[in-house]
This record gives sequence, C-alpha cells and structure tokens, in this order.
Amino acid sequence: MEVITKDHAELAENFNRDEERVNWHDETLWWVRQKRDKMVHQLPEWEQLREAASAIKNNVLGNLHNYLQQFEANAQANGITVHWAADAAEHNQIIHRLLNEHQVTRMVKSKSMLTEECGLNEYLHEHGIEVIDSDLGERIVQLAKEPPSHIVLPCIHKKKEEIGELFHQYLGTPLDVSDPQVLTEAARGHLREIFITRKAALTGVNFAIAETGEFVVCTNEGNADMGAHLADIHIASMGIEKLIPEKKHLGIFLRLLTRSATGQPITTYSSHFKTPRMGQQMHIVLVDNGRTVQLGREDFRNSLKCIRCGACMNTCPVYRRSGGHSYHNAVAGPIGSILAPNLDMEKYKDLPFASTLCGSCTNVCPVKIDIHDQLYKWRQVLVKKGLAPTGKTIGMKVMGATLSSPTIYRLAGKMGRWTLKYAPFAVNNSFNPWYKHRDMPEPPEQSFGEWYKQNRGSK
Amino acid sequence: MTTREKILAAVANNQPPKSELPDLSAFKTGEVGSVEQFVQVLTNIGGKAIHVNSWEEIAAFITENYSTTRVVTPIAELTGFKGIPENSDPHGLYDVELAVIKAHFGVAENGAVWITEDNMGLRVLPFITQHLAVVIDGGEIVPTMAEAYDKISLLPSYGFASFIAGPSKTADIEQSLVIGAHGPRSMTVFIKT
Repeated sequence: MEVITKDHAELAENFNRDEERVNWHDETLWWVRQKRDKMVHQLPEWEQLREAASAIKNNVLGNLHNYLQQFEANAQANGITVHWAADAAEHNQIIHRLLNEHQVTRMVKSKSMLTEECGLNEYLHEHGIEVIDSDLGERIVQLAKEPPSHIVLPCIHKKKEEIGELFHQYLGTPLDVSDPQVLTEAARGHLREIFITRKAALTGVNFAIAETGEFVVCTNEGNADMGAHLADIHIASMGIEKLIPEKKHLGIFLRLLTRSATGQPITTYSSHFKTPRMGQQMHIVLVDNGRTVQLGREDFRNSLKCIRCGACMNTCPVYRRSGGHSYHNAVAGPIGSILAPNLDMEKYKDLPFASTLCGSCTNVCPVKIDIHDQLYKWRQVLVKKGLAPTGKTIGMKVMGATLSSPTIYRLAGKMGRWTLKYAPFAVNNSFNPWYKHRDMPEPPEQSFGEWYKQNRGSK
Repeated sequence: MTTREKILAAVANNQPPKSELPDLSAFKTGEVGSVEQFVQVLTNIGGKAIHVNSWEEIAAFITENYSTTRVVTPIAELTGFKGIPENSDPHGLYDVELAVIKAHFGVAENGAVWITEDNMGLRVLPFITQHLAVVIDGGEIVPTMAEAYDKISLLPSYGFASFIAGPSKTADIEQSLVIGAHGPRSMTVFIKT
C-alpha cells in the first residue's frame, strides 16, 4: 500500500469534488441504515439482545486469558492446528510458511479485515504468491488496486460503470456493460474457476467458540465455503477478541449481526467449522497485533467488543460524506477511528477528529460500544500528547485567550464584524476551512453588548 | 518466551475484572415455530417453500423440473438419482445441477435451515450446486435462534455444519441485489408433513 501523508480532511476533500457521487454514496448508505431499522423494529427484544451481547463480550474481555487457552485446547482436540501471531509481520510469516510447506503459490481468500490490517496480500505478492479475493466487492477493489472502503460493502464507493470497465479489462466482458446482473454472472464464472483450482483457502472468522473449539464464518455469497471445502489446506485468521464463551451465545450474536449490517434477518451462510474434512488440514492463526495493548486501555478496551457489522459507518454523517478511503485505515468509519490510534497514534491522530460526536454510531452499535465517547476521549489523549492538528491547537489557544479577557473579547468581536463588512475577502478565501462549501454570515451592525447598552443600559 | 506465552501474559496483565455472563432464558419463547412465518421469511430472502406429503412427491417434482442426470442426493429415501460415493473428490461435484439434502430443522425468524455434514455427503455440496433443495419436517420449525441452539445441543456432534438461508446472493455492485453469487441460484425447501 502506498504511504499516505494526507489526513482525513484532505482525503475527504478529494472525495467531495464529485458532488453527485457524494450524494449517491450518502443516500445509499443511509438506505442500508434504513433497512437495518426496519429489521430491528420487528424485534421487540432488540434492546435486550444488545444488552446481552454487550454483557457476553464484557465477560469475554475479563476472561480472555482462560477462553484463549480453552479454545486452543478444544480446537487442537478437534484436529485443528493453532498458531499465535504477536503482530502483522508474524501473522504474514506464518501464512507464508504454511503455503511453502504445501508448495502452494496460489491462494483464494474470503473476506478478512484482519488480513487487510496485516497487509497480507502485499506481503505474499512480494514473495511470489498470488492471492485472489473471492468476495465480489473485494475482488472488484483488488482489480482496481484499491483497498476496501467499507468492511461489509468493500466497493460501495464505486459506480457500476467503473466496475464494468474493470471487468472489461480483466475478465473480458463486452465494452460498456454495466448491468449488475451481467457483471455478477461474469465474476461467478471467473471465481468458480478459481475455487476449483486453488489448493489453499484463507478465511476470516466471525466468532470462535471457547467451549467447543469451532469457529463460524458468515457470508452471503458462499465464497468462504466454496474456497474452504475445495482446498487441501484451510487457514483461518482471527483477532484474539473474536472469542465467545459458549455455542449458545451464537443465538444472540447471529440475531444481531446481519440485521445491523445489511438489514437481512441472517446471512445466507453461517458456517460452523469444527474439524478438518477427511484428508484436509485446518489451521487457525490467533493474532494480537495491538489488541492486548487496547485491552489494557481502560477507556478504549470496549472497542474490542466489535463484531464488524459496519452499522456505525452506515449511520455516520461524516463517513457517508467522506468515503471509507478518507480514513486511510483497514477499518474506516467511527469504529475504525477508535481502533486505529491504538495501532499508531501518530499516523491516525486525525481520525478521532473526523466525527461530529452526534452519537448515532453508539445508538446503532449491536454490542453497545460507547463509540462517540471514545472518540472524544481519544481527542483528549491526542491533545495531551501534543498530537492535535497544529491549526486546532493554535485556534484553541487564541480562543482561550480571547474568552478569558473581556477587553480582547470585545475588540475581537468588533474586528470580526468590521472584517466581514468591509474586507470580506480576508475570510472568504481558501485559507478559511469554514468557508469551503459555505457562505460566511451577514455581520450584525453591533454586538448584543452594544445593543443592550444603547437600549436598556440607562434603565 | 514464545509468542503464545507473550500474548497470554499480556492478556492476563491487561484484562479487566471478570464479569458475569447474562441469563439468556428470557429469549426463549417456549412456543412452537410458525410454519407460515418460516415460509414468509424464506420467500422474502429469495427462497421458495413447497409443501409435500411424501418422498415420491419430492421425486416427481424434481424429475419434472430438473435434468435428472445432474441431480445428486445423499438421501436414501430418494431413489432414482445419483448418490455420493464415499471418499469421492469434492471437485467432482462441479457440474451438479441440483443437490437435495435433508436439514434438521428450520428457523421461523430468518428462514434458515440447519444442515450438518452427515446430511451433506460432501461439505461442498450445498455450496457448489447450481440449485439447492432441502427437505425438512413440517414439525421441525423453531421460532428463533435461541431455540435453534437449544435444539443443536441435543443433536449428535458434527465436523462441519451450516445455517443456510436462501440462495447465494450479493449486492456488492451499487447495492443491487443479484441472486446466484458463487453458489446456488435458487433454494427450494420441501416442507414434509
């Protein structure tokens, strides 16, 4: 992936150049949010389900040490090989080693945000191994040489005409074909050929069950199953926070996950992998990559409860109008903005500021993560560490001085009104971020203080 | 220290105080699942339900609607179709037109059916087939996923199992729903009474 030097605001500005596309992006995600609402309102017990899911995940965080060992022992008893990776590099090396051991140079992969986080595709590519993403949206962004812009809807930023062009170039569809039905059929033919010829398949993990040592993978397309059941070796990568204590807890999480994500009652496939099939090898890689650090941050550990439904993105007014790529992180949107600074505070210092703190994310979160509170808390951490944007720091200092002195305050008000009236060019320019996409207000003739003195002051 | 020890030590050091697991008994309705709701939800998610009285009726429906040379089923009661030889290569199922499989039960709230490996013959069968048909007993419908996992706990263990709800689908291109992503283009559930 290229080195990103631009921050969220600058990247969002790029995205905002095409107004029509921004409006489409905004409305489409809001439509997904509305589908979620429709599903949710059919369940009178929705709030109790959220409460239960949150309590289960809290229990997981408090017992993770035991659950990890319990899961490992049960998975091993089931014939699954368990690996541990401290960070992205170790995760990638383990996968590479397993593929080498099987002399595999071509792998098919279903959706896994963890492998995005670890940069697995790039790593394997550099080592001469071809990875083909099999989720349709992920395949599309892979062909476009872009990262996914949404954890559930990876190519939501792309128009069908652009996808048609990509398919024409890479999959040989006729020029100017952009009908989703036709394009999906072309991808089906292409990917079924991949599934049938690949000896190694990697999948993500939605839930891993300590009690039984099995793991659950949810897809609508069936791509995880197609890959895993045809391959000689199935590797599943999971963050250590994906554990749940018992199988019956799936009865809570599977009711919440897809209703929150896309407004479906459940994904088409919720597959429970417990043992390798006859003659097959099954591996699980348990990845830390900063999760134990986040576990130790009292204010932010709650973010590890996330089940990756994407509801917080669909509802977020900033995400909908800035696009996933503006977050320059594998997981975008509100949840990505509280996970990313844990990994690299300097690199992601802009993300907690990419929010209006409206709280909608917190309200839709199926596991009740206090997302907007954590965004606010990250801002405080970043400011204390001297990582706040320079403009904001200076602005806040000036504001602080102005508001603490009545004389400066009155003078500043006068200056502001004078400037807006007689020298509007001084603020109506590109140096003033507030002026972008907005007009400056009409200045009042006098301040309230002056008006009061004139009209009521003598009484 | 190995990576495993390092991670476990960091977890032990950083994990918050233990909290209790919630009581989930309130989520169980104690009622029987509604067949009407199951059929309604299944239809909404792109599936099709057909009420039948016998295996003969199912066989007749299949013969009428599919090219029987490419129908595969591990169900012993359905005679006249190809079975799945033991230890056969899953890649050999690439051209299957229709797979007919038994499911243990259906879930009314989401239209899903629970299928375990022993019913599949080969794990890939319900995914690789162009069309999928599933047979459930009309009396085996549970209201929600809470009851579903209760029921699963009473069934024999499995190496692989899946909830399948409707045909394979995607909406990745501009959120336009397309049925038939990589797997089955249709799903028919025979509800046997």
